[in-house]
Amino acid sequence: MLGGTYALLGIGLTLIFGIMRVVNFTHGELYAFGAYMMYMLVMITGANFFVALVLAVALGVALGAALEFVLLRKLRGADIDTTMLVMIGAWIALQNAEQLVWSGVARSIDSPFPSAPLVIGAVSVAWGRVFVFFVTLVLIAATYALINHTRLGKAMRATFQDRDTAALMGVQIGTVHTATFALGSGLAAAAGALLGPVFVAYPTMGDLAATKAFAIVILGGLGSIAGATAGGFILALAEELGAGYISSGYRDAVGFLLIIVILIFKPTGLFARKERIG
Amino acid sequence: MRKILTALWVLFLFSLPLWMGNQYLLHVLIVTGIFIVAAISLNLLLGYAGQLSLGHVAFFGIGAYASALVSLGFSVHLTPATVLNIEPKPVWCGILAAVLASGICGWFIGRLSFKVRGAYFVIVSIGFAEVARLVAVNWVELTQGPMALNNIPPLTLWLPGLGEHIFWKKPENYWLVLSSAVVSYVIVRRLVRSRAGRAMIALRENEPLATSVGIDVTRYLVLATVVSAAMAGVAGALYAHYIRIVDPDVFLFIYTVTMVIMVVTGGKGTLAGPVVGGLIFGLLPESLRALAIKPEVQWIVYGVLMVLVVYFLPEGIVPAVQQWWQRRKGAVARIAKVAP
Repeated sequence: MLGGTYALLGIGLTLIFGIMRVVNFTHGELYAFGAYMMYMLVMITGANFFVALVLAVALGVALGAALEFVLLRKLRGADIDTTMLVMIGAWIALQNAEQLVWSGVARSIDSPFPSAPLVIGAVSVAWGRVFVFFVTLVLIAATYALINHTRLGKAMRATFQDRDTAALMGVQIGTVHTATFALGSGLAAAAGALLGPVFVAYPTMGDLAATKAFAIVILGGLGSIAGATAGGFILALAEELGAGYISSGYRDAVGFLLIIVILIFKPTGLFARKERIG
Repeated sequence: MRKILTALWVLFLFSLPLWMGNQYLLHVLIVTGIFIVAAISLNLLLGYAGQLSLGHVAFFGIGAYASALVSLGFSVHLTPATVLNIEPKPVWCGILAAVLASGICGWFIGRLSFKVRGAYFVIVSIGFAEVARLVAVNWVELTQGPMALNNIPPLTLWLPGLGEHIFWKKPENYWLVLSSAVVSYVIVRRLVRSRAGRAMIALRENEPLATSVGIDVTRYLVLATVVSAAMAGVAGALYAHYIRIVDPDVFLFIYTVTMVIMVVTGGKGTLAGPVVGGLIFGLLPESLRALAIKPEVQWIVYGVLMVLVVYFLPEGIVPAVQQWWQRRKGAVARIAKVAP
């Protein structure tokens, strides 16, 4: 069930890395931002749950576009360490802003789903999680469609392959970058907005999400969308198995152990085509 | 001239506790000094070998835990039947253990992760620190988990003229940390000016070229990681015996970020960089606290400052000052030429 949201996080991150060559440390904060927007809209203004979901994602897209425009626009072409440091700075500022505004207390969000679980044979699943699962599937499909079947998606793929040539062919690189960052951020915010009502929203929730997104991306190979999708589901499965068979305390370590194993045997990740060894 | 200035500066730093009565400021300086040692070690890897390690805090934390555990003594079940039992050892043994433990981890991580470069290496190093933290939280038998290791003894050392001496007070710890910082500065200086250091710089600048002239890239990268990790381990051990409590929070990502900021703002790949950056970003949170309003605002300012520094001084403070100094000297020389 978590696999879908993991995949959303991973796809967002891998898109941003692949197209913009930026390691996005604010990714986890966008995830937290989505959850907090749900909290604000549902619990404080009392909006409808589904309307709030759409709005939260839209706000995530807007925040992502703003971040790209203010911070990264001028640094296009700067080396990867520089942008990484800028993103770390933005991450610290954003996380503490969240803590300032919503305080350190964990916030729970009401969801409209019945509390009785859905029972299929021997398996019982909460309705909220079923909903999350289907929405993530729809979003993943939509992202694929956007990238493979639209003009913007074509521009994105072109930029991914060769930025300079794409620019020569008349692709507006700036627009593509902003769109990419906004899309990635929107996906992260969607993951947060979906999981917020299942768990709770708290300021440092983004950290774990970000480290997991990194793990997923490494697993699948940086810049590979199919890899990130598969990586998300593999990580979620591995975590559940690890929690069940080893120890629940090490649940969050499973992903990193998986990375280490993969780096030993196949340092290019499961799906990457490109050479990544220096 | 330069040598005299450096000597005076060091002398000034050493004499500080003699005339400065403010114990709190001294404490801040000690902690800053410990982080400067860690930043110097990171600079070797980031500035000279050109590898951004965002898991550096792992070596720091492993050093802190190793030193604390050896000096406290511990027993741990390796398998349900065999128990490894270590009696409490003197603290200097602990610090040696910290060097060894961190160095070995550095070797292991270096061997493993230099299969990849750039962003991959960064993410792997973050993952390593995260795993180290989770082990510290969950291996309760060894590390006490979140209950933390308490009552870590301070360093006891035989000093000429003083006999057995226990480092209880702040001035003594200040001198200890300052000496360690000077020693690590000298080690890095010797290293980067040696053959190995030139090899590292060569492969930072152009790895294929360095390989083609016969530099064994992996070997030098691993060497840099081991030295850097061992040094960070010493910093961790100093921290453990000064603060005298170690909990899994020493592995928090924010400490790595602090070290990276110190190195980058100071100027990566310059010897003085981590010292200058360390002083600024070690003392800045405290001065912000004096002004400040709320800890969150303090950190927001910190993050924003970091973005601004990267924007305006991408090379760091030390190179910027050096360039300004060069230009000024040039200008003065031109004026001197014109004047007569």
